[in-house]
Amino acid sequence: MTEILLEAEHLKKIFLSGKTSLTAVDDVSFSLREGECLGIVGESGSGKSTIARLLTRLLEPTEGKIRLLGEDITHMSGKKLRSVYQKMQMVFQMPAESFDPRRTLGNGIGESLRNMGISRKETGKKVEELLVLCGLTPEYAGRYPHEISGGECQRAAIARALAVDPLLLICDEATSALDVTVQKQILELLTELKEKKKLSFVFICHDLALVQRFCDRVLVMHQGKVEETGTPDEIINHPKREYTKILIDSVL
Amino acid sequence: MEPLLRAENVTVCYNGKPVVEDVSFELQKGEILGVVGESGSGKSTVMKAVMGLLGRDGLVTRGDIYYKGNNVTDMPEKKRRKLRGPEMGMVFQDCRAALCPIRKVGVQIYECLAEHEKITKAEAFRRAEFLMKKIGLEDAERILNSYPFELSGGMNQRIGICTAMLMNPSLLLADEPTSALDVTVQKRVMEELLQMRREYGTAMILVTHNIGLASAMADQILVMKSGKMMDYGPTDYVLHHSDNPYTRNLMNSVMHLNRVKVGEDDD
Ligand SMILES: Nc1ncnc2c1ncn2[C@@H]1O[C@H](COP(=O)(O)OP(=O)(O)OP(=O)(O)O)[C@@H](O)[C@H]1O
Ligand SMILES: Nc1ncnc2c1ncn2[C@@H]1O[C@H](COP(=O)(O)OP(=O)(O)OP(=O)(O)O)[C@@H](O)[C@H]1O
Ligand SMILES: [Mg+2]
Ligand SMILES: [Mg+2]
Repeated sequence: MTEILLEAEHLKKIFLSGKTSLTAVDDVSFSLREGECLGIVGESGSGKSTIARLLTRLLEPTEGKIRLLGEDITHMSGKKLRSVYQKMQMVFQMPAESFDPRRTLGNGIGESLRNMGISRKETGKKVEELLVLCGLTPEYAGRYPHEISGGECQRAAIARALAVDPLLLICDEATSALDVTVQKQILELLTELKEKKKLSFVFICHDLALVQRFCDRVLVMHQGKVEETGTPDEIINHPKREYTKILIDSVL
Repeated sequence: MEPLLRAENVTVCYNGKPVVEDVSFELQKGEILGVVGESGSGKSTVMKAVMGLLGRDGLVTRGDIYYKGNNVTDMPEKKRRKLRGPEMGMVFQDCRAALCPIRKVGVQIYECLAEHEKITKAEAFRRAEFLMKKIGLEDAERILNSYPFELSGGMNQRIGICTAMLMNPSLLLADEPTSALDVTVQKRVMEELLQMRREYGTAMILVTHNIGLASAMADQILVMKSGKMMDYGPTDYVLHHSDNPYTRNLMNSVMHLNRVKVGEDDD
């Protein structure tokens, strides 16, 4: 048996703004094994990115628990939380916002390596390798975030997330700006890491064909709640819920 | 007939380095051009060149772009600005960056409209809400009262679509307008755009990585790779009968949903 890597228990997030409150994530639970890929699909605005931000501790949950390798990380902070980020990394839905506009991509990608005490020269070399692995050229290390295309930024974000050799990668629409040939290349890279290094994924994605190809299990989200779960083939060929049926039938 | 938009041998450079080379196409009123191709091949750059939004580093160094017969390539910024919105509207790929982060989205929509027509805030909100509901933003009142960071990726994207559509432009440039949308919402947006074309004869350029979407919407397809045109022609021809190796590789890489057909299913 492989080990359980991540557990989310009854996660809930209520956003308050002014007098109104909005329940973005409503009692969501799941677990993830080593080397497993859990897809999250569903309605736009159903709370997928909020789940990702709760898991990565960028948002405080209103209720619920998050455990990584058995350790409760729900309220961790400071140095302990930083060590969590060596195990867990995230690729954001809007990757351009996650790079500092005044610093080069190379600088952003290598930051966590330098923080780990790796020398400038080593870091530079590793950054170039990561860029090439993600289908870019070493030359991109010297570029600024506003000097690249949408899909190039996404690949730079993937490179940065992979820099620390994490155990868990949370991908929020991480390949949505890639053309199908580059997407294929990135998926091959991620599949290789999954198989060889037992990298695990929470994979938020609107592209159901891609989810079918890449994920082991899927959560379908609707209005903050888990509508149904299953293997991709179960969900796609035997959807139980009305919303899931509509979703599958809307694929172009 | 003079086309609505004509790009002739356009080359665009950033800091003197060409990223788009010798690209030509034209668009009639009511026509939809799909632009597909490699990430980084210059698709967004072409759209920005048409809009006159290349920024300080970018420049059209060769070729010309004509809109309604007028050369817009070297048009002064003041005249250009009048075109943006009511004549040409754009939905940006990086939809949230196109909004001001510290102001509510409703106010931003109102100001966009008010720049070109006399309109009250209540009327702007009414029109926005009507369109928002059609593209699945049921919670329109809350959304108009939110800051961009309080909205999901797909909500921000639909705000961009909504703002551009409300100006009712003759030419709509949509850069990956559905990349953050689930497939049910994508379908509604697609139907709304096609409805707009039927009603107003809106011409569109649709940049997308979603070949299914391009195939369902576009009359013509332009395929780009490394800044160059690989293919250009009627949708069915380019997507299914082209002998360009890049186009064929692109089509072969498209992933399709594997669905068990009714009847083949054995449980
Ligand atoms: N900081 C915030 N303050 C208030 N409301 C928020 C905030 N962040 C998200 N929301 C709301 O929570 C809901 C869920 O948003 P979330 O970004 O998780 O959706 P999503 O499933 O990722 O959607 P998409 O597929 O469009 O990216 C939305 O209604 C959104 O407006
Ligand atoms: N301001 C800039 N300065 C220098 N180079 C730039 C700048 N903006 C874009 N580029 C480069 O120009 C090329 C074309 O970029 P563009 O954004 O047009 O690509 P794209 O086809 O839209 O790609 P994607 O599908 O990934 O969005 C890319 O290689 C990019 O790195
Ligand atoms: Mg999201
Ligand atoms: Mg682009």
